Amino acid sequence: MARKPISFTLNGNEVSIFVGESANLMEELRRNVGDLTPKHGCGQGTCGACTVMVDGEPQLSCITLAQSVEGRSIETVTGLSQGPVLHALQQAFIDGFAAQCGFCTPGMLMAAKALLDRNPRPSRDEVIEAISGNICRCTGYEPIVDAILIASGQSREVRR
Amino acid sequence: MSSVEFRKDIFADERDDDFNEIGKPRIRQDILGHVTGRSRYYDDHLFDGLLHMRCVRSPHHHARIRSVDASAAERMPGVRRIVRPSDVPNNLNTLLSLIGFGRDDEPLIASGKVAYRGEPVLVIIAETEAQARAACNAVRVDWEVLPHVLDVEEAIKPGAPTVNETYPNNTFDYGRFDHQKLRFGDVRKAFREAAHVVEAEYQMSPIEQAPVETCGAIAAPETNDRYLCHTGTQALFFSLGTTAKLLDMPSSKLHFIGGTVGGGFGGKVDSLTEPMAVLGAMLTGRPVKFQWDREEEMQVGAPRGGERWRIRDAVTADGHIIGREFTGFFDSGAYTRLSSYAIQKGTGHLPGPYWIPNVASNIYCVFTNRTPATAMRGFGITGVDFAIECHMDRVAETVGIDPIELRILNSYRDGDMKPHRRLAKNCALVECCQVVAEKAKWPISQEARSASSLAGSSPERASIPDTAVDEEGKIGDRRNREIDPAPAPGTKTVPAGTRQPGEMKDAGPQRPDMMPDAAALGLKRDQASAQRQMPAAAPSARGAPQPVAPAQVRPAAPAAAPPAAAAQPQPSAPAAPPAREPGPAPSTGQPAEVPYQPDKPFQRGVRRPGVSPFLSGSRRR
Ligand code: FES
Ligand code: FES
Repeated sequence: MARKPISFTLNGNEVSIFVGESANLMEELRRNVGDLTPKHGCGQGTCGACTVMVDGEPQLSCITLAQSVEGRSIETVTGLSQGPVLHALQQAFIDGFAAQCGFCTPGMLMAAKALLDRNPRPSRDEVIEAISGNICRCTGYEPIVDAILIASGQSREVRR
Repeated sequence: MSSVEFRKDIFADERDDDFNEIGKPRIRQDILGHVTGRSRYYDDHLFDGLLHMRCVRSPHHHARIRSVDASAAERMPGVRRIVRPSDVPNNLNTLLSLIGFGRDDEPLIASGKVAYRGEPVLVIIAETEAQARAACNAVRVDWEVLPHVLDVEEAIKPGAPTVNETYPNNTFDYGRFDHQKLRFGDVRKAFREAAHVVEAEYQMSPIEQAPVETCGAIAAPETNDRYLCHTGTQALFFSLGTTAKLLDMPSSKLHFIGGTVGGGFGGKVDSLTEPMAVLGAMLTGRPVKFQWDREEEMQVGAPRGGERWRIRDAVTADGHIIGREFTGFFDSGAYTRLSSYAIQKGTGHLPGPYWIPNVASNIYCVFTNRTPATAMRGFGITGVDFAIECHMDRVAETVGIDPIELRILNSYRDGDMKPHRRLAKNCALVECCQVVAEKAKWPISQEARSASSLAGSSPERASIPDTAVDEEGKIGDRRNREIDPAPAPGTKTVPAGTRQPGEMKDAGPQRPDMMPDAAALGLKRDQASAQRQMPAAAPSARGAPQPVAPAQVRPAAPAAAPPAAAAQPQPSAPAAPPAREPGPAPSTGQPAEVPYQPDKPFQRGVRRPGVSPFLSGSRRR
């Protein structure tokens, strides 16, 4: 299998790695780069636990070919907090009990961040739409939707 | 929350009010790791040279394995090891054998035959997951497809295919019977006296826990002759004990690390991935990951078992339920796992939170060619509660009274006797119903509103009635003839007040409080204790009397003459002292529900603060 060098930025840092032709981004980020925040929930694009941002758009890293991110900018949960200072989303997830086992949380956070980056004051429906590709089996979606609304500076009673 | 305060008001003079945490938010201790992505799940441990493990699985519900040809797979790129059933040192287990309940019935890797779709028959370890997958596809299995059975009641009919050779009648054994019995009072009498008889059937589907993190484990050899295992198990010590048993190694050789579980809900107690990963590490000398993919999680991940319940109530004209009969079937799938125990939990829970003077239940743990069932959130209770509460509404409709008032009327009051021979205490259903009615603005009568859990019991309600027992449904009988699975009419009466099987003399089998059958077990317990006493008795038998520590003194008869004790035909003799022994689990599959009593006070360990044989130096006095 031909392995090819690729370079991209990960949370603002330059990264260069060798990847195989069929390698997926999730496995490469986890095992090759060592960023373990994208989680393997299904490996087939159905659960959203592996969600990362590629050039600002949420993407399922398990079904993204690693070679396709050449020159792109990737964001994961690792880059969300500034040192000990948490991102508003992270704080809202803590305050709003929006995680139980935490396995879906990195993917939820990245889907939510992609939404807030492009639409800082989303409606409840827009939040629901934005995380509709992310499955959470423990927490229930209401606390997660509430936390995202609160992180956007709105109240949880925001219009539908 | 106001309902919390409300509860405190109601029981202010009875219950200690030390609930200082309830109603206040508390931050989870692990949430910072979750929101920063730093929580380490089992798969978040990186190993150089990690190998990957995949299973060849059965496409059939039930089939004999004529042959497995892995010759092509062996030569495929990246393949490092083919793992066969013969590679598993001790390839038969049942999860609850760790607590002495049930017989070993499930192989780690099937040989000879498969009993459910997705059962593993061969395992391949390769450099990459893709290579392991490709090699699995290259394995040729010659199947002889067998007739299968997927319905619990079909499975217990004469002539049904045997699913699980350990239990050839397709039911788990409860003492001498193929079902768990509960008898309290006489339901037949109640049905004769009833104004209404309400009967219905309820069916629950299997439910997959579907955690977002699939089941899995990574194992690696450590430098000190141990094996490290990172796992997503919900039951670390179950998994460790099961691995030690299947791989026939002391558990001191296993170093298990878990605790961070990506969702479990009961589905991660079965300990299937850990022994496999450790076996892989043993056979290859390298780190091995065994991770189910999503399809495996859904297909072979053990669900909450399907349950079928038939409930028949005897009800008076004014809505008192005076008799309730249950016939329950738990679909255990192909192997026992935890269903045997779910039934005992369920039996202890009957007839729901209501005082009913006559209760009979027969519950069956049935083997079918479905995916084995296991734990899931309140399993054993949730299904029957669903059935009971649906049935309460049906009773209310039949009698023509309000469903909430029916519940208040029949609820346990403090001091009532339950069918498993324990007194009800700290009851609160009456008050719960009143709060529900109030919050829902549901009008209930003044009488229902002034009812209380603290009032309403009586000496009659607090006592164990004359109880009708029967002998129907002995193990194996259903092979030969069709037998009504519902509780049979009593053929004998156990006198009122009888609490324990030991008190019943020869009154016949009955299993109140889920105690082992005394007639069947009394003898075995005597034997067991006699055997364990033999080492102590041996010196005196040789004519060298030795001082014996007072705590070791035992009733003389069984110790001195174990063969005679074993030969005694009357088992119900003085069952009391041996019954207190923490005897080894009887082979009938009943858990020895005996309080733990050490043979003598602990000789080692900390007995008093400051005095410990383990402490040295100045702290040792
Ligand atoms: S792991 Fe990528 S969507 Fe589930
Ligand atoms: S918190 Fe467990 S899956 Fe969302």
